[in-house]
Amino acid sequence: MAEVTFFNALRAALDEEMERDPTVYIMGEDVGIYGGSYKVTKDLYKKYGDLRLLDTPICENSFTGMAVGSAMTGLRPIIEGMNMGFLLLAFNQIANNAGMLRYTSGGNFKIPMVIRGPGGVGKNLGAEHSQRLEAYFQAVPGIKIVSCSTPYNAKGLLKSAIRNDNPVLFFEHVLLYNLKENLPDEEYLLPLDKAEIVRSGKDVTILTYSRMRYHVLKAVETLTQKGYDPEIIDLISLKPLDLETISTSLRKTHRLVIVEEDMRCGGIGAEIIASINDHFFDELDAPIVRLASLDVPTPYNGTLENLTIVQPEDIIKAVEKLLGNKI
Amino acid sequence: MLQELTNLSITAQEGLMLYEDMVLGRTFEDKCAEMYYRGKMFGFVHLYNGQEAVATGVIRAMRRDHDYVCSTYRDHVHALSAGVPANEVMAELFGKATGCSKGRGGSMHIFSGKHNFLGGFAFVAEGIPVAAGAAFQSKYRREVMNDPNADHVTACFFGDGATNNGQFFETLNMASLWSLPIIFVVENNKWAIGMQHVRATSDISIYKKAAVFGMPGFEVDGMDVLAVRQVAEEAVRRARAGEGPTLMECMTYRFRGHSLADPDELRPKAEKDEWFGRDPIKILAAKLLELDMATEQELKSIDKKIQTLVEDSVKFAETSPEPSPDELYRFQFAEDE
Repeated sequence: MAEVTFFNALRAALDEEMERDPTVYIMGEDVGIYGGSYKVTKDLYKKYGDLRLLDTPICENSFTGMAVGSAMTGLRPIIEGMNMGFLLLAFNQIANNAGMLRYTSGGNFKIPMVIRGPGGVGKNLGAEHSQRLEAYFQAVPGIKIVSCSTPYNAKGLLKSAIRNDNPVLFFEHVLLYNLKENLPDEEYLLPLDKAEIVRSGKDVTILTYSRMRYHVLKAVETLTQKGYDPEIIDLISLKPLDLETISTSLRKTHRLVIVEEDMRCGGIGAEIIASINDHFFDELDAPIVRLASLDVPTPYNGTLENLTIVQPEDIIKAVEKLLGNKI
Repeated sequence: MLQELTNLSITAQEGLMLYEDMVLGRTFEDKCAEMYYRGKMFGFVHLYNGQEAVATGVIRAMRRDHDYVCSTYRDHVHALSAGVPANEVMAELFGKATGCSKGRGGSMHIFSGKHNFLGGFAFVAEGIPVAAGAAFQSKYRREVMNDPNADHVTACFFGDGATNNGQFFETLNMASLWSLPIIFVVENNKWAIGMQHVRATSDISIYKKAAVFGMPGFEVDGMDVLAVRQVAEEAVRRARAGEGPTLMECMTYRFRGHSLADPDELRPKAEKDEWFGRDPIKILAAKLLELDMATEQELKSIDKKIQTLVEDSVKFAETSPEPSPDELYRFQFAEDE
């Protein structure tokens, strides 16, 4: 075991997979000589050369299209979105060609590609750099969406995403890159479609993902002191949703709080609520509580910025209100 | 510069091959119009009549099943020239399970992995970077994986309308920057549905735009298959030798509306008549006869053979099964073969 930072866990995943498979390459803005804005690809170009660490011009839609064409013909591109928000400019290539081309071609082509990079609300980055694209992309058929949250799961999930033969959108969080964790020395892979039970409990299920996992953990420290026993599930897979893990938990707790950083309107939580309504409505003893970002562009001012996203106190209040004196 | 045909360097056999390829394109498309009006095919169907010299001139100068071809929504004929069987294309247009895209794609999404035919792209210009990706792959295999057989060339077709889109400029930049083995083939048919090229672009000479990226650009008579072929051969040679991309602007015209749903009311009659007088199939036929490379009889027997082939493709499509509703989701993910 060795202590590894989040960005180095991702870097190790890339390095190991590039070592293993010569068709794997990385492309994007400043992924080569500069080493990536968050140093996830630092110095990899020295080992693999400038075609495998392809520094692209700033043209997101076209280099994403290039990645699709190279994937159709047998390579395994990994795109780094310098900031995932920039990939709004590549929406067409991601949706039409990464997402749908395999189907519209009747299975003629595979599109094994990973699109990864930092998403989420950082600190005072302003509205455009604070976006959460996962909800925008969840309606696109044919893509998988994964959100990592710890150095351990980041590494194992990224390796699996690279080996997957489908397009995978892989969300990291801009505020988590410096987290540290002891990682196993031996190789490991994690399944892309399984949620992670972060804490077992019996009173309420809290579903979350990405950075909000830490807000939930913080809130749960207080809640447990107050005698509550919540179960925390990190979704990991935002598409498809791991409804099996979610339903198993609901059958135990019968109460659900969703804590997400994406927008309340049309968010991942909205989709979860709809799915539960479709499949497990009878398991619920109370309406689902949803804590999400406010439907407003993320403001620059720190106080205002904090108001738009869920805070640990909001989670404590929501759980207390939901459970009342039922413990 | 307009490339004049300097010397005719084809054999009679090649001449007949080019003729047959163009006749196949024309006959197939005429049959599509007939089937569309008879309610056998649906949606948006964009026909290629009039532009045959471009597909044939470029694609038949390439190596079949080795090189890559990337098209647009006007893709049937590019696919046929690349070797996708007429049966499979026709069945796709009928929405059948035996279609090259298994009835999932339709007219604007013709694909064939087996024939290195990359599509079939329904939005204007979105195929351009995808084609560059295939070309990048060839370079990558050659230089990173030391694969000496990775000397494929990719031909990327698009219209004049696409050349006002960012993906055109962005991809030309990258193709030149990395010296990719690709040929950008502009089929300038003067009209993007109802938007006339001269009303849409600040400098109407598309071939000149190549120079900005340090890339050779040629204006070619897109109604003369031999002129197209001559320029394409040099572009293929350059690409295969690792000398980088070429842009060809083929001056051509579509003999039908934008799609079968387009009333085609804006193009002036005089303009159409002028271009109808330059039918690329008739031009080649006249040249082959003039040079004693073919007889009327030989050309007629090719016409007949192709007529039968296209009729057979309709029979194949008509008698093919519909995709099974049980397989609605099939092919969405890589695990579905």
